[in-house]
Amino acid sequence: MAFNYNKYLRLEKMPTLWCWGCGDGVILKAFIRAVDKLGLSQDDVCVVSGIGCSGRFSSYIDFNTIHTTHGRTVAYATGVKLANPDKHVICVAGDGDSLAIGGNHTIHACRRNIDITFIIINNFIYGLTNSQTSPTTPQGMWTVTQKAGNIDPTFDVCKLAIAAGASFVGRESMLDPKKLEKIIVKAIDHKGFSCLDVLSNCHVNLGRKNKMASAMQTLDWIDSITIAKKKYDTLTPEEQLNLLPTGILKQDTEAREYCDMYKEVRAVHQGKRAKITQADFTKRI
Amino acid sequence: MATREVISTGNELSAMAAIDAGCTFYGGYPLTPSSEIMHVCSDLLPKAGGASIQMEDEIAGVCAVIGASMSGVRALTATSGPGVSLKAENLGLAQMAEIPLVLVNVMRGGPSTGLPTRVSQGDVRQASNPSHGDYRSITLCAGNLAECYTEVVRAFNLADRFMQPVIVLTDETLGHMHGKAMLPTQEEVKAGIVPRKTFDGPTDEYFPYECESDQPAVLNPMFKGYRYHFTGLHHDKNGFPTEEIETCRKLIQRLEDKVMMHTDEIELNEEFMCDDLEENDVLIIAYGSVSLAAKEAIRHLRADGIKAGLFRPITLWPSPAKRIKYFTDKVKNVLCVELNIRQYTEEIERASGRLDLEGLYKVNGRAISPHEIANKVKEVF
Repeated sequence: MAFNYNKYLRLEKMPTLWCWGCGDGVILKAFIRAVDKLGLSQDDVCVVSGIGCSGRFSSYIDFNTIHTTHGRTVAYATGVKLANPDKHVICVAGDGDSLAIGGNHTIHACRRNIDITFIIINNFIYGLTNSQTSPTTPQGMWTVTQKAGNIDPTFDVCKLAIAAGASFVGRESMLDPKKLEKIIVKAIDHKGFSCLDVLSNCHVNLGRKNKMASAMQTLDWIDSITIAKKKYDTLTPEEQLNLLPTGILKQDTEAREYCDMYKEVRAVHQGKRAKITQADFTKRI
Repeated sequence: MATREVISTGNELSAMAAIDAGCTFYGGYPLTPSSEIMHVCSDLLPKAGGASIQMEDEIAGVCAVIGASMSGVRALTATSGPGVSLKAENLGLAQMAEIPLVLVNVMRGGPSTGLPTRVSQGDVRQASNPSHGDYRSITLCAGNLAECYTEVVRAFNLADRFMQPVIVLTDETLGHMHGKAMLPTQEEVKAGIVPRKTFDGPTDEYFPYECESDQPAVLNPMFKGYRYHFTGLHHDKNGFPTEEIETCRKLIQRLEDKVMMHTDEIELNEEFMCDDLEENDVLIIAYGSVSLAAKEAIRHLRADGIKAGLFRPITLWPSPAKRIKYFTDKVKNVLCVELNIRQYTEEIERASGRLDLEGLYKVNGRAISPHEIANKVKEVF
């Protein structure tokens, strides 16, 4: 039987504002399938988005949805989750959202390891607002704010999340929706902060000015810069230089989740256990 | 009214008030001179089964509070002027999406980093419109230790009634003042809690933002089976972004009217020794910790044969314009006393239609003394 997307879509909001051929729709589809596969009740899921093309993600799907201010998705989500630890909280944000204006919230949410799934739709540009440089825009590409060519070094989303302490980090692109669906399932299923770098195409506001004006050309470019982690690991550092590994890059099932640890804090204040000390932690500094 | 005697500080009383008013969530960032509110919340909230989280910055603090409040819980943040500046954009979202929360601003000297450990009332104007756009701020101002408690309780009830942030202004003097406060009992506070309105009909008949033109949205908590959308964009009856002309106009007009057509539910003043005031007597208008000095000054003045009284707005925004007009029409000699430069005086001028008000404004980070006020009265009238 055909998959019933309608159950999860706010059909009256269709068509989306995304451009023809935009990868965000593929990501939306993979997301819906992942939630369905996990059998989550729509009432128990909160989807929080930010500002930009990805910001509209939350309005198209039938969950408890929040469209926040620019960059603050994961800060809102932290409040939702800590007040409702038994619910599923999923953030969808763009590269500008989560790495530029909201960079501080991203690294601290990773560090806290609170059980939130953070899907970063990374299209390498500020698409909605017409081609300004993002923290992931490759150096040397044209942007409307750097018409001479972008000189700003880029963030590697996954390296950043791993360094900041996220317990689940992965990357896929919209080129392979099946793989994407699978990694979203694993990310939501993971207890702790999971950060996914999901590469998407903006052929309109990135590609058009960088010699890949069609969706297919931008997809080819994404294909050319991604490689499965297994293969990536066999390459020399020189060969790895301009490639982004895909798949699960980190999964630590031992790391303690924030809301769980907060239960211990409650227990201390309620006189049910002794104070938390350094001895309670293997890694302390 | 049953009362109890509590010896504590203003900041501790504000935190205790939140918990007694049913607050179960605190999100914030340390900021002098407000930090003790977070210190107490970080003990008492987990004890009561709630949660308190120190976020990575002021912005995240208020965002976490808004997120928690969207799921129906009463939530608090506390800060001082610099923190309000940082939180401003998201306070705007809470105004637009109609999310209740309470923000306690323990005022210190500004602008910028200013005088972190010194008193000021420099955020009064900021409190009326912390962020861009049209909406009406509700701002309460504690004038003594007991009100550091009672105004926070009142703020939570008003926030849920009007579905928007409510700011409680205290200041460094009150926040760190240690003394006796006569408070209502916890039972009384609990009995006075007015929970948010909710809709319990069928989900397909629920339109959270479809309400009377002078009423707030009816927002069911998340996770209760009523799925809708929160956004800071102009939105329709279901909360979804829209640019439809009439819907946009009605929304912003409603944000104005839901407050301004119900100021009687918000206004609160103290009229101290005002009953016998006549045309040639002296009216002092002051609020917050300054009013403590003003009352003392009035006692001295009366002992010296000068009949003076104090009008003290406890709700600063919306201002008690009609009551200000009443008193400033009645009494010729009016002295406004503030720890800023004319921030509320301009509102008193607007309400009274008078430009001949005398003022005493102190902006050096020090509290004002009764003698300074009494001397000023003797000097100008």
